[in-house]
This record gives sequence, structure tokens and C-alpha cells, in this order.
Amino acid sequence: MKGCDKLIDVGRRQFLSRGVLATAGAAATAVLPGQAVAKPNPARVEYPSNRLANVSQLKPNTPMDVSYPDKDSPGILIKLGARVVGGAGPDGDIVAFSTLCPHKGFPLNYAAADKTLNCPGHYSRFDCEKGGLQIMGQATQNLPQFTLRVAANGDIFAEGVDELIYGRLSNVL
Amino acid sequence: MAFKRQIDRLPIIPADAKKQNVTCHFCIVGCGYHAYTWPVNKQGGTEPAQNIFKTDLSKQQYPETDAWYAPSMYNVVQQNGQDVHIVIKPDKDCEVNSGLGSIRGARMAELSYSRARATQQQRLTQPMVFRYGQMQPTSWDDALDLVARVTVAMIKEPGGEDNLFVSAFDHGGAGGGYENTWGTGKLYFQAMKVKNIRIHNRPAYNSEVHATRDMGVGELNNCYEDAELCDTIVAVGTNAYETQTNYFLNHWVPNLRGTSADKKKQQLPGEAYPPARVIIVDPRRTSTVAACETEAGKDRVLHLAIESGTDMVLLNALLTYIAEKGWQDKAFISASTNDFDKVVAANKTSIADAAAITGLKPEDIVKAATWIAEPKDGKRRRTMFCYEKGLIWGNDNYRTNAAIVNVALATGNIGRPGGGCVRMGGHQEGYSRPSDAHVGKPAAYVDKLLLEGKGGVHHIWACDHYKTTLNAHKFKQTYKKRTDMVKDAMNAVPAGDKPALVAAIVDAIKKGGLFAVDVDIVPTKIGEACQVWLPAATSGEMNLTSMNGERRMRLTERYMDPPGESMPDALIAARIANNMERVLRELGDAKYADQFKGFDWKTEEDAFMDGYNKHEKGGEFVTYERLRAMGTNGFQEPATAFKDGKIVGTKRLYADGKFGGKDGKATFMEAKWRGLQAPGKEEQKKKFKYLVNNGRTNHVWQSAYLDQDNEFLMDRWPYPFIEMNPDDMKELKVAQGDLVEIFNDDGSTQAMVYPTPTAKKGHTFMLFAYPTGVQGNVINAGTNELILPNYKQTWANIRKLAAAPAGVRHLSFKSQEYKA
Repeated sequence: MKGCDKLIDVGRRQFLSRGVLATAGAAATAVLPGQAVAKPNPARVEYPSNRLANVSQLKPNTPMDVSYPDKDSPGILIKLGARVVGGAGPDGDIVAFSTLCPHKGFPLNYAAADKTLNCPGHYSRFDCEKGGLQIMGQATQNLPQFTLRVAANGDIFAEGVDELIYGRLSNVL
Repeated sequence: MAFKRQIDRLPIIPADAKKQNVTCHFCIVGCGYHAYTWPVNKQGGTEPAQNIFKTDLSKQQYPETDAWYAPSMYNVVQQNGQDVHIVIKPDKDCEVNSGLGSIRGARMAELSYSRARATQQQRLTQPMVFRYGQMQPTSWDDALDLVARVTVAMIKEPGGEDNLFVSAFDHGGAGGGYENTWGTGKLYFQAMKVKNIRIHNRPAYNSEVHATRDMGVGELNNCYEDAELCDTIVAVGTNAYETQTNYFLNHWVPNLRGTSADKKKQQLPGEAYPPARVIIVDPRRTSTVAACETEAGKDRVLHLAIESGTDMVLLNALLTYIAEKGWQDKAFISASTNDFDKVVAANKTSIADAAAITGLKPEDIVKAATWIAEPKDGKRRRTMFCYEKGLIWGNDNYRTNAAIVNVALATGNIGRPGGGCVRMGGHQEGYSRPSDAHVGKPAAYVDKLLLEGKGGVHHIWACDHYKTTLNAHKFKQTYKKRTDMVKDAMNAVPAGDKPALVAAIVDAIKKGGLFAVDVDIVPTKIGEACQVWLPAATSGEMNLTSMNGERRMRLTERYMDPPGESMPDALIAARIANNMERVLRELGDAKYADQFKGFDWKTEEDAFMDGYNKHEKGGEFVTYERLRAMGTNGFQEPATAFKDGKIVGTKRLYADGKFGGKDGKATFMEAKWRGLQAPGKEEQKKKFKYLVNNGRTNHVWQSAYLDQDNEFLMDRWPYPFIEMNPDDMKELKVAQGDLVEIFNDDGSTQAMVYPTPTAKKGHTFMLFAYPTGVQGNVINAGTNELILPNYKQTWANIRKLAAAPAGVRHLSFKSQEYKA
């Protein structure tokens, strides 16, 4: 997908810069002799703000492959065509989800007919119109959804994730 | 919006975390897990040397990785009084599940008691008694003294021990296990001879699969691997994807996909290996049917959507056709069975008659018989038969159970690889008790006796009649009245005056009241009526042994503290016995008191050694230490030896062709069709419009008692669902998510409408035993002659109660079927 690689770079830069800050903080406080010093880590991971696409690129009910917060975490961006709770954009119908099944990490397939994501591994189904609610299946969480922000020019940014993504113990690696 | 935990990272398991064996305590399958614990102020890191997985966790892991766990697998619990991190994750080396976790088991950690993370705060933490108009905390000594005094007083009244009614688990997993069934069994069947006793999910103390046992065939006779080896699976009234999930995913699916082919060639040389087929007998199209079609293709899946309750006719027609074709296993029948010819004649059912009664196409019945028994290249076809509540809790269950075993025996499919005729099971098993012969057959219909005002004291162990009985609406009304009589009497005397309190209770009992003691881990619906609650520990808070659906026995090690003052059931039973002994001695009845000796157990291991080790077949080879070493794979019961540091088990029962009959044979059994057998069913069917078929669902299964306090689950099912055909919905003017009332002459209940285009018109399916809508309210009191309930064949009318409440508008009502 066009544009994606650049976005990942943004994420990497942010990740790196955060790392630099943390190191600097540790150095500044490491003057007390004989005591271990805790690093001032934030309570939550810091999500990059990554541009995924522009509203003008989306066709109703046609998923676009994206990745967030980095290239190893695949997802889809969809304009559902009907307003949903949690939907972004002028029509309130744009959503994005992780496509790694939160059960065993198999890639999910989008079924346009009923706007669901489906796992060929163990038959789990998630409803894209209901915040990724697991309709049936073996995951112990609903599908991680990417938090979206749409700028005035129609650029769509992902800026957060609401559940733990499969295969990583921190959403931002 | 769907419930989200907003968890973006988890503590990493350090390399030196403590690792203990866990068998999932929810369903029969008993998946292997490990509990990892470590001090709350420590954590692992992403470097391979810093974590238990020896893996670089700064990188994205691949599908099916062992080096990931979901937020539901994490919690903070107490161990020896200290807070510790805990991760309970599936074991990839367990043969049962090979690292798979279901939506239920993979939430074990989240469903644990944690003060730090406020999970399962519903758990009972101390004994409670009814005092000053409400349930009040008290000490074990005080609560046990009251229970002992009232119980002793009543068993010394005319009627003796028949005045004591008991409802007790008889199984394994949570709320059961060999330790706890022995503890309760020794109390009620050895110290006393209680005969008014029932089991957790039915109103009497009886087997659900009497017929197969009477035929000399134990109901758990194969191994899970047989599902990988067979040519055909026959599944009657069982929905394996949802209710034996990892058995299905890890053992059925490989056969349907063809990936168990190497195993077949290796273990079954010299025969053909046709692609596996599956026959599913169920009036409803389940998600299991859809999953099987996905894997095997529609041409290898035969869904026989029979008229509800007519399974016996189908099974008899299959037996008849197979015998007519000469496809039976003559050598096996001759060597290992009795009465084949007699039963074939008695059960003779033509394809045409069967088609008329079952509503199936004649050619589909013939196809089923062919898939089951037509020889493959001159050799016997290997067919595995399995069944569960659709048959067990269905019409005329005793004879229908016999009818399926008949077909399995006729085709030589018991005791052989790729065979078996087994129940699929609900919970795990873990039965070890002194003889129950005094209970008799048929056993007492305990719920009916309670309705009739019988019994004075009721001890309840992890049972909830309010949710899991038939005729539940009337039962609750009467039970509340009777227990309220005792509560009112208790209110009239000062609680500190024990003699006066006991006298007031006994007096109220004599007037029709009931003194009820509830032993459980959580507050229950029936508990609301009880006067005493005793808090129990569950699996993992105590060491617990059980066996799964292939008789695989494991030890779940104690990996956390029980909440508050709660104790293992086995020890609660022992302490009740100790107190009854003391009270009887005080009353000068030394002889009776002596019957309560032998309960000096200090730990659950004491109960295990007193019970299983001494009394069960092969028990002498089994100890905690040996089980610990056998890990999550354990061994398959019965144990036959201890050799080279391992317990030697039994992969399949009857592998030598010797069965459980007195003559070492299995015996075919007559099963004659007599329509809807249980009293009241035919009338109900005629009078009410909708079949209210019922059963369980994937998300909540053997786990509702904890799930009722779990946000992820209650967000999905705030109410029980009722699946309805869209045309029925139109006629009733209801929409998805609407609350409807299901009602008939026996009672009423509520459910949430789930549109289901695959449902036949007039057929509904409601979630069973759910706390916010009890399906048992509309099941009539009629049972079979052995007091087995018939929950499935229920008819009622339906009307709208309310438009979809706000609490269900976020839900999805899309099809639960996976489509490729």
C-alpha cells in the first residue's frame, strides 16, 4: 500500500526519540551514590500518530491494508458506509482494526457481505460494525481497534489501540 | 461499543518464575496449562536472558507462538499471603490441547480472586449465617456448630437420616474432584446413609448414561486420538466446537483436514484411508456443522436435522439397515457380546418408518448407515460414536442411549483404534465415593420431595437448583416459602442463645420449614434462600485431581491462596463430620458419634490418600508426587502400574474385547420407540407453539458461576439468547435484542432475541442455566422412569416484554457460523 512505509518511519522516529529522552532522564538523575535509580517510564506506551490514508482514497466497504503502530502489526482501514459507534470521519463510518486474530495470531479475512473479520484458524468472527466484538470464537478479547483521527484535509491518522495486539507484550515494541 | 480492556502491555514473565501444572477446571476436555508466578515487585525483560521464553520479545511473534499471552491470562493473586504476578497460559506440550486455549480456559487468570485487581470480588471469603434479618459474617466454629446441631437434631427425629437432603457435585474440575467427592461421599454414604441426595444438574442421584453401563460399556471408553484415526465421526446431540472446543480443534479438525494421515498410516497399517466424514445429528444447525463443512467440504458432512426427540428411531433404523446389509462385525459380536439377533429383531425399524418419524430423507439415513459401516476395501470401517446432552437430556434417554451403543457394538467399534462410543461430557470427572447402593434405583426425585414439603435440613454443595433444574419456577416459589419459615423463626430468638436458636429452627422445620446450608465458592441463586453459607476453595487454590473425557488424570497444583477463610470442600466435609461427632457425644450417643470417626484430615492430600489411593481401581499407583511428575499429560485411568518413574495408564478401555458384563461381555439392549416418553411432554407440544430447544454456548460453558462477574463475558451476554427464525420474529413483532417472555403452564422466563435464519420455523434455541433468564422455568416436571430429566423437549409460547434495552444495543447479532 502506498504511503505506508513512510508512516512506519514516522513511528520509528518517534520510538527512537522517546528512547533517547528516557536515557537522558536516567543519566541526569544518576548522581545519587549507592542507590539504584528507577527510570521515569510513562504508565502507558506512547502511541505514534501515523498517517494511514486520506478519506478520498477509501471506497465504501472495501478494506485497505494498513499497519499500525509499525509494519509488523497488520490491520485494515474500512469505510463501512454507515455510521457506527466509534467511527471516524465526516460520515462517522471509518474504522480500523488489527488483523492478527487475538486468539492465535492467524491473519483475519474481511467478509464484505456482513462486514466481519474471520479467522480461518479456529473460526473466530469479529464484527467491524460493533467495535470488533467477537461474534463467535476463541479469543479472550474483542478485536483490537485502532483509534483514528481525521484531519481537516481528510488525512486519517491512527493514534492508539484499545486491546493488546497478538504476538507482542507491548503494543509499541 | 464492545468491551475493551485498554491494556497496552503486560508484565513479562521472568526467567526464574515459578511454574506449576494446571488443568483447566471448566469443561470436560481439561486442557493443560501452566501457572507462572513471580514476586509483584519483579518483572522480566525483552532480552532472551530476561524472560521465561528465552526469546527476543522486542520483536513481533509469529502465529501460534508460545511467547505471548493475552491480558485475560494475567492477574495479581496471593501466594502464601504475598501478592504475586500470575500468568496462566496453555501448555503447547499437553497432548490434549497442544497450546490451544479456549475463550473460557484462557481466562482462568482473569477469573481468579484478586483484591489487587478487583477480580472475582463476588467470592465468598468467610462463613455467613442468617442473623438479625440478613446474612452476617461469622467464624467457622460458630457456623459449623450451628450446622451440626440442627443436622443432628433432625437426623435424631423420626425419619432419621432421611430428614437430611443433600445436593452435591459428583464430578471433577472446579466444584468437584476426587478429593472433594470423597470428602462429601464419606460423610453422606459412610458416616451416614443419606438416600435423599441429588447431583448438581438433575433432580436425583443417578447416572445420566445408565443404559451404556447396564450394557457393560463404560461411557468414556476411547481416547481423543481416536478422532484423528477414524474414518467417520458420528456426533449425536453434541456441539463440540463450542463445548469441547480444543478436543474438536486439536483432534477432530486434523482428521477432517487430512493432516492426521501420517498417524493413520503409522498406527493402522495395511488398510485404506478415505478422507474423513462426519455425521451430525442435531435438530439445529450448529457452529460445529459450519466448521466441519469448512474443513471437510459439504460432501463429507451429513447434518441430519431430525425432528426433536426422535434420535432412537434413527439409530434403530441404522442398526436394522446395517444388519440387513450384513455389515456388522460378526467375529466381534460373537466373541464379545450377547443378544445381537434378539435386539436386531426387537428394534427393527425400516428406513421408511424412520424417515416418517424423524422427518429425514430416506436416502440420508441410508447414506449415514453407509458412512458408518460399509466396509472399505473389504475391511471394517472405523467409526467413532459420540453423544452428549442432546441425547442424554432428550426424549426417552435410557433407551436412546442403548440405541447408539447398539450401533457401535454391532460395527465392532468399541475398544479399537478410531472407534469408541462415548459421551462427550460437560465437566471433568472425579468420582470417588463409598458405595451408593442404598440410594436405590430409581433414586429419590429429590426436588419433587422438597416441593412436597419433605426433608428438614438441606446441605448443598456447589449446586444451584434455581438455575439447573426442571420445573424451576415452582421449585423456587416453594423453596423460598419453606426456608423463609426458618428465617422468620431464627429472627424471633437471640442468635447468641444457641439452644433456643436450634429449638426454634427445629420447631419451624416441623411446621414445614427447611434449614438450608450452601457450600459454594460464590453466592448462588439458591443461596439467597439459605441460612448458612460456607466458603469453599476452588481448583488452584487447593491441589485437585480430576480426569477428562479420555480418562486422563492430572493434578492441578495449588498456585494461589484461597480467598479469605475459604477451605477445600473435602476439609469442610471433614469439619462438619468432626462437629457432628462432637455434638452426638455431647448428647450421649457414642455409638452414632463413632460413625463420624476418620475425618482427621489436615490437607486435601489426606483426603486423596484416604479416598482415591485406597479405593479406586489402580489408585494404589497414584500419589500427588507421582502426578506432579506426570505434568499436564498425566496418565489415562485406570492406572495399571508404576514403572520407570511413571504411572502406567490405559489408552482405551476394552481393548482386549472383554467388557463390563458379569460374563465379560457387552449386551445389546432393546430400545422400542414410544413417542414422547416423559409425562406432560406430548400435551405441552400440542398446546404451545414453539419448541424451546436449549443448551450451552461457546462463550460461557461450565464457567457461568465465575463469568457472571466478568465484564468481557457479561458484555457479550447480558441476557440469555433465544435463537429465532426471522419469520417467527415477524409474526411476534419482535426485533433483534428485544426481550421476550417464554411461557407455558409450568412457568415463565426471559431471553434476548437472536435472529437465526438457519433455525426452522417454530423452532427456537435458548441458552440453558443462565443467571439472568432460567430456561428451566418452563421445563415441566416429567422425567423418565429413572428420574432423568428431559430438558430438551420443551414447548412454550413467546411474547414481547421490552424493546432491546440500552444494555444490548452494542451487541452483534450476526451469524455465529464461520464461512470460508
